[in-house]
Amino acid sequence: MPEITRDEVAHLADLARIDLSDAELDHLAPQLQVILESVASIQGLAGDDVPATSHPLPMTNVFREDVVVPGLTPEQALSGAPAVEEQRFSVPRILGDEQ
Amino acid sequence: MSIIEKTAAELIDALAAGETTSVELTQAHLDRIAAVDGDVHAFLHIDAEGALSQAAASDARRADGNALHALDGVPIAVKDVLTTTGLPTTCGSKILEGWIPPYDATVVKKIKAAGLPILGKTNMDEFAMGSSTEHSAYGPTKNPWKLDRIPGGSGGGSAAAVAAFEAPLALGTDTGGSIRQPGAVTGTVGVKPTYGSVSRYGLVALANSLDQVGPVTRTVLDSALLHELIGGHDPLDSTSTTTPVTGLVDAARAGATGDLKGVKVGVIKELAGEGWAPDVMAKFNESVDLLTKLGADVVEVSTPSFEHAMAAYYLILPAECSSNLAKFDAMRYGLRVTPDGDPSAEDVMKASRDAGFGDEVKRRIILGTYALSSGYYDAYYGQAQKIRTLIIEDFKKAFEQVDVLVSPTSPSTAFPLGAKLDDPLAMYMQDLATIPANLAGTPGISIPAGVSDVDGLPVGVQLLAPVLEDARLYRVGAALEAAIGPVLSIDKLEVAR
Repeated sequence: MPEITRDEVAHLADLARIDLSDAELDHLAPQLQVILESVASIQGLAGDDVPATSHPLPMTNVFREDVVVPGLTPEQALSGAPAVEEQRFSVPRILGDEQ
Repeated sequence: MSIIEKTAAELIDALAAGETTSVELTQAHLDRIAAVDGDVHAFLHIDAEGALSQAAASDARRADGNALHALDGVPIAVKDVLTTTGLPTTCGSKILEGWIPPYDATVVKKIKAAGLPILGKTNMDEFAMGSSTEHSAYGPTKNPWKLDRIPGGSGGGSAAAVAAFEAPLALGTDTGGSIRQPGAVTGTVGVKPTYGSVSRYGLVALANSLDQVGPVTRTVLDSALLHELIGGHDPLDSTSTTTPVTGLVDAARAGATGDLKGVKVGVIKELAGEGWAPDVMAKFNESVDLLTKLGADVVEVSTPSFEHAMAAYYLILPAECSSNLAKFDAMRYGLRVTPDGDPSAEDVMKASRDAGFGDEVKRRIILGTYALSSGYYDAYYGQAQKIRTLIIEDFKKAFEQVDVLVSPTSPSTAFPLGAKLDDPLAMYMQDLATIPANLAGTPGISIPAGVSDVDGLPVGVQLLAPVLEDARLYRVGAALEAAIGPVLSIDKLEVAR
């Protein structure tokens, strides 16, 4: 039976950039275990002879003519930004002190 | 009959005949919203001013003989997962609270270009994850039939608005049943079109390979009218099909005459038995008998891989959503929570995503991250994609034998609010019958089959057709609807008349 431990949930949350509290970890980890046990039933069901489907309709890359079309103005693009500076998205520092 | 009880098709005639105006009927729906939405909570945002000004413009056009479309002037509600300029789009999430998109979804552009006044944005499970609308960060929608019951989900707001006669039409989205299951439990009609036949541009993605926009209405004909309006190729959606979306209204009108001679219908063997409520099965079986009486040739069809559809779905969907929802990073739009001290961008992301996402969204993001992790990818995501192939093959084999498939839409009638909120698996089971169509890209419709003999709540019957054969749903659906007779009426609802 597959297992998803509390520590593993904490690690996955870290990868997914969600700062889960201890209480949330206690709450979510057992629920994820139950869901995982249920979906794990498909392991090994289909053999190597079955191709994978990633998309319901067979499609290849779709291109358009390389022509200029109107896009968002800078004001529109920035209209939902939490912080703006000099017509740019203003974000917190992206490097740590040691970097 | 008051004006809000009229179907969209009847409103088209009334507007054309000059018996009413768009302002009059838009105001009537706004009055209804004001009267009942405090109880139902179908809407997250109501745009009375905008809707009335669109209605006035519609009336002016019509007076000049310049109506843009048959539905010009008929008001509509829009699920809050579709972007709308000038109106908030929250997806039922705190992370998008107050966000006003700088562009319209293509389907929204189309309804605006056809002159339909937009009444407001409807409630939904957060980012369309759920089957009860209880995962909305803004509180649940109630089922207008019985206010302590769920209205289905994720599109419970659109279904409840239409069921409560707050709107004649609504737009929904269906990733695993989010149009059809709410339709079933509210006694309304909901259609999930063929994947790619309605643009997804401006639909905030839950799972790109599964999502589809579709109509939510009170009759099959009304769904056909709205479906034809929103369907068709969109250069802005690279997964958009180029086949024209036509013939649906004609199919619905032809079906309403009631003759199904020569139509082969397959009852899906796997979507019955354990876990299916007897009162639901009783109504479903009545619908199957009616199909036979209408002249259809009804046989049983087996689709063995459907048994694994739910497991495959709950790997594919979380995998896609964990990637899709990575864009909510607190940098360019949406909620930004800044922890104390000197936080880095990553600290801000983590704090914002923890504060902005609800439990179900977190569960699915973490499950998806797990399924895509190295070491688990082949065992989970890879297997799920293969099961998807088997499901597509089962559909193909089934449609070699029959023209349409039929099943109950949902395993039970509307359950009490709170009943499954902390039991994610029980909630997921609601979508057993609807998920296969999303995995295969095939179209599906849910129509009211009647009300349960046990609790008096509506039961839905689902029809499924091959890819791009949506017209079959309308022909058979309209015939069955006519044979069943009206299920939803304003006097049956618990909300005030």
